[in-house]
Amino acid sequence: MPERRESDRKIYVKVRADFTLDGRIIPLMLRPEDGPACRIDRILDVREASSLKAGGQGSRYTCRVGERTVLLFHDEPYWFIEGE
Amino acid sequence: MDRVILHCDANSFYASVECLYHPELRDRPVAVSGDAQARHGIILTKNQLAKRFGVKTGEAIWQAKQKCPELVCLPPDFSLYVRFSQKMRRIYEQYSPRVESFGLDEAWIDLSNPGVSFADGVRTAGELRARIREELGITVSVGVSFNKIFAKLGSDMKKPDATTAIPRDRFREIVWPLPVGELLFVGPSTRRRLARLNVTTIGDLARCDPALLQRHLGKNGLLLCAYANGEDVSPVMPADERMAIKSIGNSTTPPHDLTCEDDARCIFTLLAESVAARLRAEGLRARCVSISARTTDLVTGSCQCMLARPTSLTGEIAQAALRLFDGRFSGHFPYRSVGLNCSHLTPDDMPVQLDFTGDEERRMHMEQLERSIDDLRRRFGHQVVQRGIVLRDAECARINPVEDHTIHPVPFYAG
Repeated sequence: MPERRESDRKIYVKVRADFTLDGRIIPLMLRPEDGPACRIDRILDVREASSLKAGGQGSRYTCRVGERTVLLFHDEPYWFIEGE
Repeated sequence: MDRVILHCDANSFYASVECLYHPELRDRPVAVSGDAQARHGIILTKNQLAKRFGVKTGEAIWQAKQKCPELVCLPPDFSLYVRFSQKMRRIYEQYSPRVESFGLDEAWIDLSNPGVSFADGVRTAGELRARIREELGITVSVGVSFNKIFAKLGSDMKKPDATTAIPRDRFREIVWPLPVGELLFVGPSTRRRLARLNVTTIGDLARCDPALLQRHLGKNGLLLCAYANGEDVSPVMPADERMAIKSIGNSTTPPHDLTCEDDARCIFTLLAESVAARLRAEGLRARCVSISARTTDLVTGSCQCMLARPTSLTGEIAQAALRLFDGRFSGHFPYRSVGLNCSHLTPDDMPVQLDFTGDEERRMHMEQLERSIDDLRRRFGHQVVQRGIVLRDAECARINPVEDHTIHPVPFYAG
């Protein structure tokens, strides 16, 4: 298992997801280690991308969470979001 | 019709991946280096900032720190680099099935197809650079040309994140003024020999009399002259057509110098085990065993021998290696690193001439035994079964040559 790579602006999150029959992963909820769970209302975009801000790379899900847009990265096997 | 070939070279690959994962280090000179404790303390790669301080790949960490005291040295994470390499390759394969990797960070892509112009190649190069920058967060330099050699040369010309086009009608003005050492396969030794013939630029090499080059450099002289004239016709090997393996080898710098024959016996047994296991995994047997040894003054020597029968048995390979070692190296201890290589490979299902000495049955039993060990190690880890000889040295017993860093550039020459 690859090591977790920490950085100041990287927040690792737990994710609850649907694994679809055609092999896609649709995240439904995310939860930072010490924060509340957030429901993902909609996924606006999925693509491979790097996160220069948090330091990482993987499938990037652009998620609508309430009023906010959150970039959720799946840098296998971990999930993270960019911190402020 | 001319071919359209791209060569993509990831800039400061290991360091770029590390800087991506360490945003706090991006504005500092960074190098990825081997483990100084395990005596692998050399710079493997460095970022652009470290380059500006004159830090060079291959030099010792202490030398690099003298030039650049603020240099941040990070340990390598090869599994991460392999992942990035595979991701790059997946992007390349979206443009052509003919992608040939050259190490982890370089690849040729053959875009040639009816209707694909040189300008299309340059455009694709730009698109690839942008995609790799955005999707992977690292940069590549791309060379576009009509053969592999010039495409590779092009990717070295502008760094980082740049495209260099070398079309047929302009290669003389672009390539010929360059120093001859820039050409692939012209290393320091060939460069010195060429300098004695007054050949210092690629143009000099192109205009040199092929007969003269052949006299001084053999067949390679003719090959290099053809390369300089843009006559390289080697194909980009398609993705699904793996090049035949020419040799399987392993080398190691053990945690301490080899100071006696027992040390050598231990390390060569370890290396032979690893090489034999890989031969078996690939379904191959070897006829030729070669070894190399490097002294503590960093002088390297090598020698080889042919075996009576092709083998994939640890014992036979280790014996041959030790015979070679005893004959050539044993009087000159200490040694810093040693290597073992098996070549002249044949498939293991190829019929072999048996002899009347009757030890074939024993060999078959040995092979079955070693395959069982391979299986145990695959299931429970490398250290689960060990040879008695390696236990005399606890530090060496921990070396796992099969898994500890085996990254092999695919050889360039086809055929």
